[in-house]
Amino acid sequence: MHRTAKSIAALALGLALTGMASADPVEDTLTVETDDGPLTLTTMTSAPDHLTDTMDTIWSGWHYREDDTRDMERDDFDNPGMVFVDRAIDSWNAPQGVKGESCAGCHEGPESMAGLRAVLPRVDPESGKLMLMEDHINSCVTERMGLEAWKLTGDEMKDMLALISLQSRGQPVNVAIDGAAAPFWEKGKEIYYTRFGQLEMSCANCHEDNQGMMIRADHLSQGQINGFPTYRLKDAGLLSSQQRFIGCVRDTRAETFKAGSDEFKALELYVASRGNGLSVEGVSVRH
Amino acid sequence: MTRRLWSAALAALCAATPVASETAPKDVAFHEGAVEAPLSGAPGNPEAGVTVMTTNALGNCVACHTVAALPDVQFPGNIAPALDGVADRYSEAQLRGIVANAKMTFEGSFMPAFYKTDGFIRPGDGFTGKAAEGELPPILNAQQIEDVVAYLTTLKE
Repeated sequence: MHRTAKSIAALALGLALTGMASADPVEDTLTVETDDGPLTLTTMTSAPDHLTDTMDTIWSGWHYREDDTRDMERDDFDNPGMVFVDRAIDSWNAPQGVKGESCAGCHEGPESMAGLRAVLPRVDPESGKLMLMEDHINSCVTERMGLEAWKLTGDEMKDMLALISLQSRGQPVNVAIDGAAAPFWEKGKEIYYTRFGQLEMSCANCHEDNQGMMIRADHLSQGQINGFPTYRLKDAGLLSSQQRFIGCVRDTRAETFKAGSDEFKALELYVASRGNGLSVEGVSVRH
Repeated sequence: MTRRLWSAALAALCAATPVASETAPKDVAFHEGAVEAPLSGAPGNPEAGVTVMTTNALGNCVACHTVAALPDVQFPGNIAPALDGVADRYSEAQLRGIVANAKMTFEGSFMPAFYKTDGFIRPGDGFTGKAAEGELPPILNAQQIEDVVAYLTTLKE
């Protein structure tokens, strides 16, 4: 019943917006049933200032997926990514450092991380380095816990990305692109528009010029990363932004970059900034 | 299926034994984007061209183009113009040029160059994500280009 009402509302919204081509992202509203009650996320909003010459509206990738996939993200009970969040809670509380340190020992509950996901990547004022969430986690793992760094794309890392991201669910992405971030952002932008590989394709060729269109059976989104890490049905597991970048550049028949490389860190900042204003989705569901 | 195997065998044979009269990718002469002379010594085979166009690992033209005459293709893409009637709009030489390197006709085109071996940024070894070793082979060989062109010239309205 409430789904029917929602569909009618979505239809009305669709009719209200003029000039929509048939290939455009589907009109819909993402309200997630969480342990703390329903939470409506911003999955479509005005483009940030730096993009207004290029596009008016930014859309979460959620709008480009099939009905079944979108529905899985509407309820944490149906979201397969939440299994990995639970796993990360165990890791958070476990005394795994060389002297028995745990995340909880310094940071108390994971809710202390609220807001962090929305502003990363950002430049560390002391070192001047651009930091992904992975870099922050690894500095704790190595410096405070005395352990070997976690593999950037390994399960324990991605589980923790999911848990920490979830604490910012619903907050608008708001990465800084000026000041100390500016040179990293410019570098990321250059990468975004570079046509790599034998297929000579840039990020922009698909996700800016042709968003909403189909490459074979794939509906091209704007390539937003506000939903990452995502539960990817195709992989039956979590996927980080860094992993998605590796895959996209590889698929242009190029020599791709490594996870955590200067290039992909800069790219993550730039791509994140294209989604400034969209909600962090915590663990999204894509296919 | 039989046809596909036959075409694959033919493609393998072509790749293994370059014909003396074949034009190398670097030697292709473009005139305002068009290429007058066939790239291979043998005439194009339109049926083999369909296989190249609809096979992921070959041309995969249908990833971006629709072709009404090929209704069995599942999930054709729509990024690029439909190919229906393309032979009414372009000459055989123009079609050959577009398939070989569309950027010589349409500056900045999204369409990959199917008969080009250099000038790439970070060229990879196929879809492995690793660096290419030595010069890349073109995505399609000379005969495959001719086969595709032979099929495209049949697309009249």
